[in-house]
Amino acid sequence: MIQPILFLAQETVEVHQSAFAKAWAAIPEPLQRYLIWPTIKFLIAFAIVQGIVAAMTYIERRMLGFMQARLGPNRVGPYGLFQAIADPVKLMLKEDIVPSSAERVTYFLGPMLPLIPAFVVFCLIPFGPPPMFAITRVNVGLLLILALTSTGVYGIILGGWASNNKFSLIGGLRSAAQMVSYEVPFGLSIVGVLMLCGSFDLVKIVRYQETHLWNVIPQFLGCFIFLVAMIAETNRAPFDLPEAESELVAGFHTEYSGMKFAFFMLAEYAAMLVNSCLIVSLYFGGWTLGGVIRGHHIGFTTRNLLHMTPGGFPLGGLIGVGIFVTKVMCFMLFYIWLRGTFPRFRFDQLMDLGWKWMIPLALVNIVVTGIVVLSLQSMGI
Amino acid sequence: MLNLQEMEVNFGPQHPSTHGVLRVLLKIDGERIVDAKPVIGYLHRGTEKLFENMNYPQCVPHTDRMDYVAAATNNLGFVEAVEKLIGITGKIPKRAQLIRVMLSELQRISSHLLWLATHAIDIGAMTPFFYCFREREQVLDLFEEYCGARLTLNCMKIGGQPEDVTPQWLDHLEHFTSIFDAAVDEYESLLTNNRIWKRRTIGIGVLSPEEAIEWGITGPPLRGSGVNWDLRKVLPYECYDELDFEVPVGKNGDTYDRYLCRMEEMRQSNRILKQCIPLTKATPAGDLKAKISRVIRPPEGEVYHSIESPKGELGYYIISDGKGQNAYRCHVRPPSFVNLQALPALAKGHLISDLVALIGTIDIVLGEVDR
Repeated sequence: MIQPILFLAQETVEVHQSAFAKAWAAIPEPLQRYLIWPTIKFLIAFAIVQGIVAAMTYIERRMLGFMQARLGPNRVGPYGLFQAIADPVKLMLKEDIVPSSAERVTYFLGPMLPLIPAFVVFCLIPFGPPPMFAITRVNVGLLLILALTSTGVYGIILGGWASNNKFSLIGGLRSAAQMVSYEVPFGLSIVGVLMLCGSFDLVKIVRYQETHLWNVIPQFLGCFIFLVAMIAETNRAPFDLPEAESELVAGFHTEYSGMKFAFFMLAEYAAMLVNSCLIVSLYFGGWTLGGVIRGHHIGFTTRNLLHMTPGGFPLGGLIGVGIFVTKVMCFMLFYIWLRGTFPRFRFDQLMDLGWKWMIPLALVNIVVTGIVVLSLQSMGI
Repeated sequence: MLNLQEMEVNFGPQHPSTHGVLRVLLKIDGERIVDAKPVIGYLHRGTEKLFENMNYPQCVPHTDRMDYVAAATNNLGFVEAVEKLIGITGKIPKRAQLIRVMLSELQRISSHLLWLATHAIDIGAMTPFFYCFREREQVLDLFEEYCGARLTLNCMKIGGQPEDVTPQWLDHLEHFTSIFDAAVDEYESLLTNNRIWKRRTIGIGVLSPEEAIEWGITGPPLRGSGVNWDLRKVLPYECYDELDFEVPVGKNGDTYDRYLCRMEEMRQSNRILKQCIPLTKATPAGDLKAKISRVIRPPEGEVYHSIESPKGELGYYIISDGKGQNAYRCHVRPPSFVNLQALPALAKGHLISDLVALIGTIDIVLGEVDR
């Protein structure tokens, strides 16, 4: 059974009688709790996410290089590590080209729109044990995440249309069809988890997996569908049709250059990261590594992590974040591995896969999960 | 009734997967191709006209620049045509013949490797590209060791071979042949049984044997349709009739069968190379040239000679008026150009994604199409 979990005090701030502390104390407590702390935490998380995204551009090319019997970037700095910095600098210095016949406003909006939801979503993901390492906690967090991520498609379709280029237009349309189609199995595959855990709150879903198995075992089919749908959602190989370079030159971002192009790329990597975070939270136990067996907390469970505070320093929490990030990186590497292995699907085949296989399978998964959950309840287990 | 509009798309000449400067005027209905019209000529350099103003040995380097990924077979076709014109076919020493065969088969391997690399990357598989180039690099190294050039080889002379092969070169070739079969297996492990690869290629661009013959298609596209026609077997040149190899033939005539044919051809080329090494060692070193006059001045007459290039039947038609050292007229029958004709028929009704697969499967080189 799920233990009722009490979330006690927010962070206790050591109150010294300094000017800063006085000013801090003057701020009303709700404002501190709901505005200032989340903002600080968001900024830190944002910096980390930005760092991971920048690092991913290096890691991806390096890993692909090793898979493809070549070296990858190895000239800028030791092991080419500064490539992650050199690339954004290069992109910032590039000329920002706007085609003369482009729709200027929409062309400008195109790269911005997918970026904003991709980063806002990180507020809702618990990186470590709450309350400290979850930026905000919304009891319908998962719904909010789904709602936000699905707005990403607007930028791509608007950008593709506004470029006034036929290849961009086809890319944008492909992308719209693909993302809308895969939104459905993406959402449906989660329903099984919701039935098991009985909550939309990601923190509760993670803590449920401590006392029970990781959701990937009872929800194997759901997890598989989620995995496929999340790759299709982010337009990554083998579902990278919207930007298929051999067919559509560069798809929806053919006409974009400089920072606008970089924004599309940032949004893509941020979306990959969000989806990896989601699959880790939903199916692979989030920040925990261990479990509760007959009331004994074994390994890095939430309670053990929260108790690990030598000298008031939240060491356990940081370990939790470390575990979470490690799991997320495994999925990021999985994306790269797929890219190095598979050819690309064709557009109609992709739609077939989505509508004829993924959605029916997801529905079957829901029915089976429902029957099992209900029969277990009626047997009183 | 919906008001459906057909869109016209200019596919190329600057497009990553048209393999050079091919331009295809596409009429598409959604993603479906209603009409595809290849527009060529962006790489026309007037090679045939140039041949009229040069003496025969001067023409050989220009043949390199036609199918620039298969220079050795281009050289071979030209020098054999001229040899036929002056009537010394069959008088070329055995060693020179073997060297020519080895160079041609190495060239076939390198051309097919380039085809596989680009074909796979067009369909979205990125990794085979690099694996293919790894082995292609070794082939190019062998060329470099033989004649100093890697791409535009200029490695054959009318009447024989300009250079002898060294024992070290034969050792290096032996090393290459020993690793190459495993390399082909490696490419196949990435593609042949891959479900996505199969779905992208099976049933795409089906060419029936009758259609293929009517279009005049040759090479792997013809054999993929199930017609057993390989000039190395049908009209043997050099010493191909003494060598033991098989001609792979497909069944369905689709992109997948053409893929399988070319993969098997690479293995068979390797088999030929393996046989050539001991045969070459058995011939006396330095015996490379037939006796011909220093100045080539063929009698009046005309000749058509064709060989099996990696892409199909490569033919040279030369007319000599018997007056000068240069051809009165030289016409080249390039396999890429003839095979490209089938593209509109193959592409009709397929999707844009299939078009790149089809351009890849025909295996065109624009230098040869436009000349």
